[in-house]
Formats: sequence, structure tokens, C-alpha cells
Amino acid sequence: MKSDAWFRYFAIGSTWFWLGVFSLLAFLLMLLASIMRQDQAHILYLPFTFNNYVLSFSPIYLTIFLRSFYLAGFCTFLCLVLAYPFAFLIARAEKNRREIMMLLLIIPFWTSSLIRSYAMVSLIKTKGIINTLLLTLGIIHQPMQLLYTNTAVMIGLVYNLLPFMILPLYANIERLDMRLVEAARDLGANRLTILKRIIIPLTMPGIVAGCILVLLPAMTLFYIPDLLGGAKSMLLGNLIQYQFLTAHNWPQGAAISMVLTLLMGLMLIAHKLLSHGKDSNEDFV
Amino acid sequence: MQEKVIVELHGVSKNYHNQTVLQNIDLTVNDGEFLTLLGPSGCGKTTILRLISGFEEPSRGSISINGQKVNGVAPHLRHVHTVFQSYALFPHMSVFENVAFGLRCQGAHKSEISDRVMAALKMVKLEQFAFRKPVQLSGGQQQRVAIARAVVNRPLVLLLDEPLSALDYRLRKTMQLELKQLQRQLGIAFIFVTHDQEEALSMSDRVVVMEEGTIQQMGSPREVYEEPSNLNVAKFIGEVNIFSVTVLATEGKTLTVNIEGSEHTYTNKRDFVVGDEVNILLRPEDIRVYDNTEVTDTQDMLPGIVEEVIYKGSTVDLMIRLSTGKLLHATEFFNEDDDSLVYTIGERIWVQWVPGWEVILPEGV
Repeated sequence: MKSDAWFRYFAIGSTWFWLGVFSLLAFLLMLLASIMRQDQAHILYLPFTFNNYVLSFSPIYLTIFLRSFYLAGFCTFLCLVLAYPFAFLIARAEKNRREIMMLLLIIPFWTSSLIRSYAMVSLIKTKGIINTLLLTLGIIHQPMQLLYTNTAVMIGLVYNLLPFMILPLYANIERLDMRLVEAARDLGANRLTILKRIIIPLTMPGIVAGCILVLLPAMTLFYIPDLLGGAKSMLLGNLIQYQFLTAHNWPQGAAISMVLTLLMGLMLIAHKLLSHGKDSNEDFV
Repeated sequence: MQEKVIVELHGVSKNYHNQTVLQNIDLTVNDGEFLTLLGPSGCGKTTILRLISGFEEPSRGSISINGQKVNGVAPHLRHVHTVFQSYALFPHMSVFENVAFGLRCQGAHKSEISDRVMAALKMVKLEQFAFRKPVQLSGGQQQRVAIARAVVNRPLVLLLDEPLSALDYRLRKTMQLELKQLQRQLGIAFIFVTHDQEEALSMSDRVVVMEEGTIQQMGSPREVYEEPSNLNVAKFIGEVNIFSVTVLATEGKTLTVNIEGSEHTYTNKRDFVVGDEVNILLRPEDIRVYDNTEVTDTQDMLPGIVEEVIYKGSTVDLMIRLSTGKLLHATEFFNEDDDSLVYTIGERIWVQWVPGWEVILPEGV
């Protein structure tokens, strides 16, 4: 009895400890940095200022914000469109085949995504595997310029983030009660109606979770635009990285990070409020 | 008057992975009748429903609904609806939206949808719950939503797949009555699947007894109970005492057998010859039990000892060990003549049955 209680305190306590040190403390340090100053001689110094936040909304940063949102949003959309049928396929496959498919999906994760992005470069560069193959087959007559374009960045982002969309969708679709689909068919619903009125509403929690998991990294995976976009397309992640590592302007980087965190938080709250207002499916699915 | 056939299965077989689930089923369902498919789990009764609703296709044979062959027709294009065992209510929709679903699929007009949905909900006494979610309802209420959701579309046939099995005993009794009333009110055919023989007998116009993918017997509840066509049916529907005996003598339509040491002569429809092996079937309620003080003439009676007494309120069930060692089930009813239905374990009694209530089946059937 006593050791049980002790274990409980230990388990919960260690979770709080980890969250406290690596999440809350880190967040507070960033918050602190974002309202400090910086010059040639000092990385950070007092007194406090809100100037970094004011600067964060200057036109040049705003442009990067909007571009990032646009690209990340598009990437999220692509991931959703690609992942949904795939997740459905896995979730509805026979059990042993399902395990193999999940394994195939997860294996690439064991390699660093940085290394995989380098591999992507060698695939899509002008004299890379894809161009050589297409030229040899006579499908194209001159090499395509893929590397260092927005398309390359998009391919890289989608490739790296697709599993983050597939996994929550899979978890959700697997629990989808197929008897409901049968009932809908029995009541005269065609495939489109079933998809629109039964399957998508019931898997909405998975869709939302997947979108959140993809959208944030899509904006901040700085090395993918660097490698595949040739540092031409600066996204939010690159901007923050630039402020910290190149410009040595920690307060500015911290402030931009804070704004991003705030935006994400607002989106989460908005989703929570909206889904509660509509009496969402999460209670059932 | 020739009754209108609404569903017809002709020579239907169904195999899954080389396993035969249904074998050469011929079945016709008349318009407006309450037909029950009765059998143990795995006998293929649910498969018949799924073949009619279109979720499965027969391996052989044809199915027609309202005179139209429907082999290969998708479920959403068949005008039959199902009440599922799990209810399968859409959890993200209100009761109203659940019931309206089928009408919306047909593209019915808004005001018509509202009228018909509310009428259907009124019929199942749920109109005040229209805007609740299914999880906020009790099991019985969810069941009624499932029924309303199916009947609102005015199907030619309503298929019910063990719809009451998740309900408790009392509620099940109430729902049986309501379903029966609803069926009369709607006047459409109900095909009801159950493994509960009591439910089948009390609700149906016709019972189809199934076992291992074949139809064992079709008939009114009275027929399948009182004149079972084989031992399977007799054993599945109610309790039965079986005596395996040899025909000793025949004369016209009568035959003489020796049951546990006493000779009996019975009339029967079949032609048996001397030496035939037959099974004599007696229901527990056919058996009369007397204690020593009640009898003077024990001519046609068998002596036995009470082994178990099961008090059931309106009846008392007895397990009786005959002097030959055979165990007999008997059910005694309370009535004015016999108000002292008190038996003690180990009590010596006499057993008798009414000639003419027995069922005689040839051996091997």
C-alpha cells in the first residue's frame, strides 16, 4: 500500500520534473531572453524592453511569417491528402500485413532526417538519380531544375512530415467502427456521402491532431529549406536559426519564437473552443 | 388469397474460405409477416440477413426483393433496412439527424424530412429526445432510435439482427411487445434474427429453425414446438425428453412400443414396421407427476425418485430418476386441483403422460 503510493508520487513527480525543466523552464528562459537587449559586447543585457516584439512585426519579418504560414499550410494540406488514404489502407489491412506496413513507415525514422534530406539532394539534383533515370528512359530531354526550388522544399517537407500525419490518422481510423459505415450504406448512403457525413466527421480528431503535428514543424524545420531550397527561401525556422546563430541576436530570435508559440497556442485554444461549441466527436471516438 | 411474396431466396449457398455457411437455402417471405430466423450462433441466420441487405453476395443461388432479382445490387440501392445488433447509431449526430439520415440520402424535402422524422420518433415515443446525442440515451432508447431510423424510410422489409440481445430481461419483454405492435401498425414484413427460442415463439407469425447453414423446419410457432420435424428442432426449442425405442407391433396407424418397462400404443402419421427404431418425444409439461397418496391404479405409470426441484413461481420443474435409471424433466403447473405442488428431493413418485401428446420420429432424423 505504502510503496504503491510512493511509486505513484515518483511517477507523477518525475513527469512534472521533466516537463518543468525541459518545457516550462526552457520556455521561461526564452521569454526572459525575448525582453532583453543585445549588442556587440553582450549576448544579453538589461533593462527589459519590448522592442524585439515591435520589430517582430516589421514588414520584412511579417513577409516571412506569411510565407511560412502559406508554405506550411500547403505542406499540411498535401500531407493530409496523401496520408488519409494511406492511413485508411493500413488501418483496414489484415493484421499481419498492417504490422509490416507500419514497420515500413517507421524504419526511415531510425535514420536522422538531416541525412535523409541529404539523400533527397542526391536524388533530385540536376545530375541526380531522378533526372538521369528520366533522361535515360527518354521521358524528358533536358534535366529538370528541381533542387533549390520551392518544389524541392515542399517535397522535402512532405517527405519528412508525412508520418506525423499518418500516425494520428491511423490511430483514429483504426478505432473507427466500421459497423457505422455499414449502417450508413444500409440507409442508402453512397460512398461520397459516407465519406463526407460519417468517416470524416468521426476521424476529425485525428485530422486535427495530424495537422497540428505537421504545421508547426513545417514552419520551423530550418535545415530543409537550407539544403533543398538553397537558402533562398527563408522560412520562420530559418529566421529564428539565423537570429541565434548568425546574427547573434538572441533577444530577436527569442521574440520571434515567442510570437510563433503564441500563435500556435491561440490556434489550439480556438480549436478547443470550436469543437466544444459544436459538441465534438472527441467524446465518442 | 395468394399472399404477396416480398423476399425470395432460391437455392442460396454461401461459402467463406472454403467453409460452407449456408447450404441450398430456399426461403420466401410474405409481405406483412413477422418471420423469425432462429438458431444457435454460427448457424447462418445473420448471413441470410446480410445477403438480403446486400452486404454479402451469395456464392450460388438467387435473391429477389419485391419480384426483382437483386444479386449484385449494392446495399444502398436495395429498399430494405436493418436494425443492427449494436444499434450502430451515428455518435456525432443527434437523434433527429440519425433518423433523418436515410431521408437526406434520398434527397427528401426539408419539411418532409422534419415531419417524417418527428412522426417516426413519436411512434417510438422519443420525440422529446430528438436533439440529444445517442450517448445520452439508455440502451432501450438507443434501440428505439435504431428502429425509428430504419422504419422512417418505409422499407419493403425490415431486417432485425438480434436487436434485443443487449437489453435486460424486463426491457426485452417490453420491446418484444412494442416491436410486434409496430410491425402490425406498419404492415411491412419483419425478418427477425434471434437465438432466443422463447422470443421467436412469442413474436413470430412464422419461425425458421436453422442449424449449421441449413433450414431444419419452417412453420408457425405452434408447429415447430408441437410437431418438431427432427430431434435438432425439438432439442433447440424448449426442453424435451427422448426415448429411443423399437417398434414391437403395428396395426393400421398405431404402433406399440415399450418405454422404460411399460408398453404403450400410439397413433402416428408415418408408416412404421415392426423392428423400426423410433424416438418418442415428450415435453416436460406433458408429464404428470403423482405422489403415492394420489394414485390407486399404477397400471400405465412409471415409478421414479425426485432428484431435483426447481421452483419457478408459476411452475415447478422436476428432475426425476426413473427406476430404470433414465432421467426425466417434468414441469408441473399450479392449478386449483393441485394446490400442493410440494416435492422433496428423494421423494418416491409416479409418472404418467397423456397419450396423443407425444411426437414420434424415426431414428436418425
